Amino acid sequence: MAYDYEKYIRPGKLPHIWCPGCGHGIVMKGLIRAIDSCGLDKNNTALVSGIGCASRLPGYLDFCTLHTAHGRAAAFATGVKMAKPEMNVIVMGGDGDGTAIGGNHFIHACRRNIDMTYVIMNNLIYGMTGGQFSPCTPTGDKASTTPYGNPDPTFDISKLAIGAGATFVARTTAFHATQIDKLIAEGIKHKGMAIIEVLDDCPTTYGRRNKFRSVIDMMKRLKDIAVPVAAAGKMTAEQLEGKVLTGVLYKEDKPEYCEQYAKVIAKASGAK
Amino acid sequence: MSKRFEIRFSGAGGQGLITAGIILAEAAAIIEGKHAVQSQSYGPEARGGASKSEVIISDSPIDYPKATVVDACLAMTQESADKYANGIKKGGVLLIDSDFVKNEPKGDFKVYKMPIMRTAKDEIGREIVANVVALGAMIALTDAVSREAGEKAVLARVPEAFLDLNKKAYNLGFEKVKALLK
Amino acid sequence: MAKKVALLQGNEACAHGALYAGCNFFGGYPITPSTEVAEVLSNELPKFGGKFIQMEDEIGAMASIIGASLTGAKALTASSGPGISLKQELIGYACIAEVPCVIISVMRGGPSTGMPTGPGQSDVMQAKWGTHGDHATIALAPASVQEIFTETVRAFNLAEKYRMPVQVVYDEIVGHMRERIEFPEPGDLEIINRAKPTVGPDKYKPYDTSFGDVPPLAAYGTGYRYHVTGLNKAQDGFPTTKAEYVDAEERRQIRKVEGEVARVDIEKYEEYLTDDATILLFAYGSTSRSARYAVNELRKEGIKVGLFRPITLWPFPEKRIAALGKQVKAIIVPELNLGQMNLEVERVVKGACPVISIGRVDGEPINPGQIIAQVKEVK
Repeated sequence: MAYDYEKYIRPGKLPHIWCPGCGHGIVMKGLIRAIDSCGLDKNNTALVSGIGCASRLPGYLDFCTLHTAHGRAAAFATGVKMAKPEMNVIVMGGDGDGTAIGGNHFIHACRRNIDMTYVIMNNLIYGMTGGQFSPCTPTGDKASTTPYGNPDPTFDISKLAIGAGATFVARTTAFHATQIDKLIAEGIKHKGMAIIEVLDDCPTTYGRRNKFRSVIDMMKRLKDIAVPVAAAGKMTAEQLEGKVLTGVLYKEDKPEYCEQYAKVIAKASGAK
Repeated sequence: MSKRFEIRFSGAGGQGLITAGIILAEAAAIIEGKHAVQSQSYGPEARGGASKSEVIISDSPIDYPKATVVDACLAMTQESADKYANGIKKGGVLLIDSDFVKNEPKGDFKVYKMPIMRTAKDEIGREIVANVVALGAMIALTDAVSREAGEKAVLARVPEAFLDLNKKAYNLGFEKVKALLK
Repeated sequence: MAKKVALLQGNEACAHGALYAGCNFFGGYPITPSTEVAEVLSNELPKFGGKFIQMEDEIGAMASIIGASLTGAKALTASSGPGISLKQELIGYACIAEVPCVIISVMRGGPSTGMPTGPGQSDVMQAKWGTHGDHATIALAPASVQEIFTETVRAFNLAEKYRMPVQVVYDEIVGHMRERIEFPEPGDLEIINRAKPTVGPDKYKPYDTSFGDVPPLAAYGTGYRYHVTGLNKAQDGFPTTKAEYVDAEERRQIRKVEGEVARVDIEKYEEYLTDDATILLFAYGSTSRSARYAVNELRKEGIKVGLFRPITLWPFPEKRIAALGKQVKAIIVPELNLGQMNLEVERVVKGACPVISIGRVDGEPINPGQIIAQVKEVK
């Protein structure tokens, strides 16, 4: 029962910065279990992040960790992976970081199908800066910069990833803790770009403003809206209203970027 | 040859005049061991419209890398003649493609005429080598580099299948101008 | 044995210089007038297993080279004006995180899209102050095709030695012109690689000042696990807001470049007929060639004019300029902008002599005639 998370956590780096009730810690534990189950070598694994609450995650863990600039994690990670394809590269970040300021890097990393795992913690808000609306904040909701309700349409991150060319796309929630590690592990094993969207909660900056009276209410929402892909097939459109599909949403075998570039190297060095 | 010699190749974008300039600079800098700087027009004007390539050749290191007053100029089209044949030195030379440059630029320089495109098309059979005909002609006109160095530089640039074609084009341009000069 | 010679464009020479220096990673984005650097490297790098990646944008390109460098690669990007503006965020990241990399900035007209195919020298202050926050800058300004090769090599050396981003800034004229270049043989030029840790992973700290102002950098994937962040950090690499740590680290990062010893190592300039000069020209890049031409012409007339040509633009050669300021009657600063480096010259000479700016931003080079006229006016 007592799982040994300690061997992956940097001594002296906890407590983390996350608020009570934040789901990021659940995701971090899921990540640790996934890495452990895949048997990744700590020395050969890079955890890369951008800026935001979620992006502080790599600092707590004992790997080669790279806390970059806002939105740029996927691009830094691309440099790491391209220069040293034998490294396992995992990106951890939030919805605003990954799909707004980092949107371009995100879609192009998907398009290249470069072999990395990108866990995107979607808590519907910019938490670190105090709760401004993100591309994932539901239309009509309140944020510190949408006092009259959010006029913006939203991104569906998983659909965005599939459309952009990621070859493994899965979704789960912070409530479904045991599914997190399974999906991340599957993503790590997948050769190519794996996006794992984890619907997360931010009680401090999103919940308060949007009539969630407690963290439990937020967790209940995550539990209620999730519909496993397999079950969705048997449900009517009406029943699916307001729900999100969870599990592996998309999987495809396609040439991976570093392998493609290895072919360029073979061609170029042969033609010398 | 004077200490600093400036040549300008001008014409329409796509006529290969930038390549002609590069070959001349290679003949001077690589084969003859002189100092040479080549520069050219860039951007929209290099694709269609009037385009130019300039070469400066000198026995000593070249400080200012752009043309000041050119010693010799080639103009393959009317537009390039109007635009680029203005800065020719007193006593300098201008070679024009007489089929295309009908309004001859006026100035204190000597104008030589030759149907360059037609020569390439009718006598070599390929319009594409007009730039090499022009290069041979300009070298004959200016003695900027030796005939042999020019030919060697041309042949070093072209694929093997086109060696004869380009050799013919270069020497034809060279001889035609030498005949004009007699 | 005769050295290999070729007629190359400045940008092509830059790419070959990078390869000579050991560059094995290029991340870029197409932009005029720097694209030839990327084109040559896309062809050459994979021939020996090096990596070339065209990223989705300029910021991504900058990010990719920092990521690559952390794995031990010698990484390069090349861009121009608007692209360099976009890269500023991560140039700052490379400064604070102390990641070696080289950035080529081929200057065109500006601001904004400006004149993409026209020359400019208006990004020299951007090289110094483009990214936000206090930081030291190393920027080199070659003036010929051969020098672009050698200065690109030196840029890699300095980046590796001082563990930071180094910029090579040159105008479109030298970037695009072709000149004869002699390729140095392997061993002709010194190649410096970053210091590797001398302690085991258990003792390693990425900013350990017990090894001096430039702590050794371990490569990812070699057994050293450490944290890299753009936040102010302590010597162990982890974020801190502790005043004394932040202060010490920021000061060290500037001192490592601007300290006395480092300056002597990094500063490089060329003087031409300055010994007896009563008028000094201060010029860099293509403009320095016009200035040298002008010096030769003016000397024929017996006018005692000399040229100071900074090859290292930043850190600025303060001492020497201050001394020359006391020697001459005036310093004339021709540059393809409306007055940038002249301000630095002014700052350093502290009123010892007048500093006169010749600016030009119409897409044409400053010709020797312009400089000659100005010298005669001052005389």
